This record gives sequence, C-alpha cells and structure tokens, in this order.
Amino acid sequence: MKVLVAIKRVIDYNVKVRVKADNSDVDLTNVKMAVNPFCEIAIEEAVRLKESGQATEVVAVAVGPSQCQEQLRTALALGADRAILVETEGFPQPLSVAKLLKGVYDQEQPGLVIFGKQSIDADNNQTGQMFAALAGLGQGTFASKVEIAGDTVNVTREVDGGLQTVALKAPAVVTTDLRLNEPRYASLPNIMKAKKKPLDTLTPEALGVEVKATIETLRVEPPAERQGGIKVDSVEALVDKLKNEAKVI
Amino acid sequence: MPLDPSTLEQLQTTVRRFVRERLVPLEAQVAREDRIPAEVVQEMRELGLFGLTVPEAYGGLGLNTEEECKVVMELGWTSPAFRSVIGTNNGIGSQGLVMDGTDAQKEYWLPRMASGEVIGSFALTEPDAGSDAGSVRTRADRQGDGFVINGRKRYITNAPHAQLFTVFARTDQDAPGSRGVSAFLVPADSKGLSLGKPDKKMGQQGAHVCDVVFEDVFVPADALLGGEAALHKGFLTAMKTLDRGRLHISALAVGCAQRLIEEATRYAAERQQFGQAIGEFQLVQAMLADSATEAYAAQTMVLDAARRRDEGTDNEALASRSKLFATEMVGRVADRAVQIFGGAGYMEEYGIERFYRDVRLFRLYEGTSQIQQLIIAKALLKNIK
Ligand SMILES: Cc1cc2nc3c(=O)[nH]c(=O)nc-3n(C[C@H](O)[C@H](O)[C@H](O)COP(=O)(O)OP(=O)(O)OC[C@H]3O[C@@H](n4cnc5c(N)ncnc54)[C@H](O)[C@@H]3O)c2cc1C
Repeated sequence: MKVLVAIKRVIDYNVKVRVKADNSDVDLTNVKMAVNPFCEIAIEEAVRLKESGQATEVVAVAVGPSQCQEQLRTALALGADRAILVETEGFPQPLSVAKLLKGVYDQEQPGLVIFGKQSIDADNNQTGQMFAALAGLGQGTFASKVEIAGDTVNVTREVDGGLQTVALKAPAVVTTDLRLNEPRYASLPNIMKAKKKPLDTLTPEALGVEVKATIETLRVEPPAERQGGIKVDSVEALVDKLKNEAKVI
Repeated sequence: MPLDPSTLEQLQTTVRRFVRERLVPLEAQVAREDRIPAEVVQEMRELGLFGLTVPEAYGGLGLNTEEECKVVMELGWTSPAFRSVIGTNNGIGSQGLVMDGTDAQKEYWLPRMASGEVIGSFALTEPDAGSDAGSVRTRADRQGDGFVINGRKRYITNAPHAQLFTVFARTDQDAPGSRGVSAFLVPADSKGLSLGKPDKKMGQQGAHVCDVVFEDVFVPADALLGGEAALHKGFLTAMKTLDRGRLHISALAVGCAQRLIEEATRYAAERQQFGQAIGEFQLVQAMLADSATEAYAAQTMVLDAARRRDEGTDNEALASRSKLFATEMVGRVADRAVQIFGGAGYMEEYGIERFYRDVRLFRLYEGTSQIQQLIIAKALLKNIK
C-alpha cells in the first residue's frame, strides 16, 4: 500500500513567537522553521508502516512556498521515498490546501493518507477532515494506533473519556495525535542521502485548483503577559480566591 | 566536496536537537555515575556521529574541517564527556588512518569506525614523553614478519572502550627525537596488551582515560600504518592528525562557551539582588559582554582557520592559534560564568562548576597552550627566513 504524508512548514516549536508591529500576523522574518511536530509523527508512522512491510512506498507532500523543500528534505531523510511540493505563494488556507492535496491524491492514488491532527501555527485542526470530505474517504482522526490489515486500516482514536477503535476501508485518511509514536532523529548519513531522492514540484494550475482565501485575519495579538503571582497565607484563602476570583472551582 | 548549505544546516539542526533533547537532560547523571548510558551511545551510533570525518567511501559523512567544526560547536553545547565518546573516532583515533593508511588498512578499519562498531584511540603520550612527544620510548622491534612492541602509554582517551590503538613507537633506536618513530595499528585484544586502571580526573566524568601497557605485543608487518614506505615517519602522521584535531577542540571550546554564556545571561536576567535583576548591573553586563565578544572572536577564528585548512592555504599554524585562543577563551568564560552565578556557580546542582572543570582540559591535551605558542612562533620565524 502506498502512503501519502502531508507535512507543513511551521515555526520551530522552540522559537519564541513574536507578533508583527501592525498586528497583521506573526513575524516570520529570520525565524527558524521546522516540520510541524504532528506532521513529524505522521512521517514516522508512515516510515514504520513501510519498515514493518505494511506499506510499500512513502510519498511526502507539502503545500507552500519553495522553502518548504527544506521540510520535504527532512521527510526524505526520515525515510520517505520521494517528495512532492505543490508550490504556492505563501501558505494557502486549509480549504485550498485540502483541495490541492486532493489533486495530488488523484494523481498518486495512495491507499492511506496521513496528516498531523493540526499544525502548531494556526491550530486549525481541519485540513485532514476537509480533505477526507473532498475525497470521499473514511477518516480516523487523533490516532494513537494505526494498523493495516489487507485493505482495512484499523485506527485507535483518542476521544473524550477514552479510546475508540474504528476500521476504515482503504483508501482512508488518518490524522495523528501526540501519542501515536515518538519520531526518530534523521540520521546524518540519511540527511546526506536525502539530497539524491526525487523531489517534484507541482503548481495549483497543473492540479486545476484555484487557490482562494475564504478567511480574513483581522488582528493577531500575543497572549496577555503573565501577571506576577501572589502568596496566600492559608488554604482557606486559596480556596476562596480560586472560587471567587479565578472562578475555576 | 563541500555540502550544500541546506544539507549542512539540516545536519547542524539535527545534532542540535539531539544534544538539547537527549544529552543535556543527562548531564548531571553522567557526571554522578561516571558513565554514559549504553543506549545513548547506541543512539549516537545510529545518528552517524562516529563517522563525521571518515570519508563517504568508507561509510562516513566525509565532512571537511569547516563542516566538522560547525557540527562540533553543536556538540559543545553539552558536557564534553559526550563528545569524547565520538571524539577519537572523528579525530586522533581515525585521522592518521584517513591521511596515511594503506587502502587495505582503510578498507578494514574505517567503515567499522564510522559506524561506531570499533572505537579507536590514539596512543602517543608516555610517562616521560608528554609535550616532548618526539621522545617516546615505546619501541617496536622487527621480529619475523612483524614487530614486537614494548612500552607504556599514558592518559589515553577512550582506551577502556577501544578496539583499536594507533600506537607511536620507536622503530629506529639510533635516530634522535621524533625521527625514527613509526605508527602502528594495534587491536586491543592483542596478546600482551593490557590496560591500567581508569584515571581519576578533575572533570569530564563519563569519559575515560587510562594507561595502555605493551609487553611483547606482536603485530604483523601490515599493522605498520601506511606500510613499509611510512617506516620511521610516524611522527609526521601524529602531527598532521593533531593539527586537524586542534580545530575540532577549538570548535568544542566555542560550543561550551556559547552554552555558558546563555546560562549566565539567563541567570543574570532572573536573579534579583538590591531589588533588581543582577543583569541590570553594569559590572555584570561587562562580564557577559566580554564573554560574548571573546566567544564570537573564537568562533570566527576557528571557522576561518578551518576554511583555510580545507583550501590548503594555511602555512601560519592557524589551527594552533585557534586552539590557543579558543581554549583559553573558554577558560575565562567559564570563570566569569561561575562569578555571575555567585555561590550557585560553585554548587554542583547548577552545573556551572562542572563545565568549569570540564573545559580546563582543553588547554592541556592535543598540545598545551605553551606548545601551541611554540608552534605558532616557529611558523612565524620560518616564514621570515
Ligand atoms: C584527560 C586527558 C586525555 C588525554 N588523551 C590523550 C590521548 O588520547 N592520547 C595521547 O597520546 N595523549 C593524551 N593525553 C596526553 C596529553 O596530550 C598530554 O598530557 C599533554 O600533551 C601534556 O603533556 P604532559 O602531561 O606530559 O605535560 P608536560 O609536557 O610535562 O608539561 C608540563 C608543563 O610544562 C609545559 N612545557 C612543556 N614543555 C614546554 C616547552 N618546551 N616550553 C614551554 N613550556 C613547556 C607545558 O605546557 C605544561 O604547562 C591526554 C591527557 C589528558 C589529561
């Protein structure tokens, strides 16, 4: 079974995010970028499926500007066989990304498409779901376990209050949760070898998709500064404050 | 061939993540137990860290000196004991083979060293031959179709873990000084080879050093590094090996300095005295500024010297200049870090005193600071003549 993994280039999770002075967006100039952590989990899962003989080929795909090649190279270093960049100006919104990926899906015909459950930049948590709807595929979101049995994909999902296991008929969509696996470090020799693996570039036009913005960002603000703490002199005072000031109990 | 910038960047990023996520949290434990967990060494193997400088044809990454230095700066962010594990395979333990080994020797040993299956050590120093390394007394005498080695080597890094020693021994007993010394590839399981007790050291717990003793150790003729043509030329191999190693140590010193500066800056921003952060006091700021400036100077210097080495345009002992400056620099930076931390800087818990002890070694091995000065001045005088 061929596995398609969608990955996104986002701000490295170690970077302290700053908002632009005009509050239009997060400031990305000279900021270190990386593979979205949930997408790393997606790559890892695909590579493990291949290593255990359940998958035959792993194809990584990213949508975004040409710099996304760096993250695709990371995916190749981690074990993807080849990569595809759908090159756009900036990062399209989730619905457009889902449509573009549907175009790639039609060309590639994979048996399984793995997404991160969300990207740590905008935390939308919707691209995988939109894609599944557009492609008419079953979806197992927030996966903590994935197994392929013939043309069935068994997915254990992290849901409120416990775990749910679903059986999806391939082709199917999985979005990864944090506990699915612990991604490996790309080995240094594999980073060097990744240079020689194929990386193809496609355009929205070639996929017949019009990239449109359907959401307008009005304002971006940093979280409120944390206020200094106070000391309370008794348990009663603490309970009182939690009840009446913080209103959390 | 140099790497393209994005691949190099990825190598650095990967090592940086590994260092910060995996190694930094283990620093105190490794120091306490004087042991690096076996699974961490295995992870270092899997990452490819043992083969940074081994040519690609032999299973390594084949990094040039500049690239090596950039990666080593990342490793410098954590306790140098971790670096020591992979240090000899990338430096003094393998580079003699890379530079002067015969094809057969390289084919046999280098892939094993690149993978980390074999740890290589470099055995030059003796009880009576330190800075004056050319005066080694360990001897190798012809016997049958090989050599018999007798002598004792001192302070040999990674000896307790090594499978292979590059041993410098006198093959011409009549030749004075460094002439008449040859290098041999001696497997650790050779009959007659034994190890002293691990030395108790000032710092870098987790990295191990001991004596290596040779009592009638027989090695076949093909153990002579570089073959018959290299007979009596071992000291040249040793010097060339150390020259690259000096840049490696310099880069390591820069990495340690960067870590210490970050720790000290963070502390200065948080620690309150007289109603304000101590980082607000100009006397503390001066310490931070001096450290940052010196570290930057060393970083620039190391990378320039490394580039010049790769281009083959260094005839001014730039590696020695870098080692002299970078290792003395990190000593000052560590001292200031202790000062900025105040009493906490002296306490084990904060890890600063550990770095202070760890970096002290850099000014001693692979040529003391005084020996670097001699090498630098000698090169200057030679170029005048
Ligand atoms: C932890 C550790 C690991 C080591 N690992 C290895 C290893 O893997 N392989 C190996 O072969 N060796 C190793 N060494 C040995 C190291 O390289 C030597 O300790 C070093 O070269 C200094 O030699 P020495 O200790 O004999 O000091 P000495 O040579 O006795 O020097 C003592 C002092 O005299 C000064 N001095 C000596 N000669 C001169 C001179 N001509 N002019 C001015 N000053 C001078 C020195 O600078 C120093 O300050 C290691 C040492 C240590 C401590």
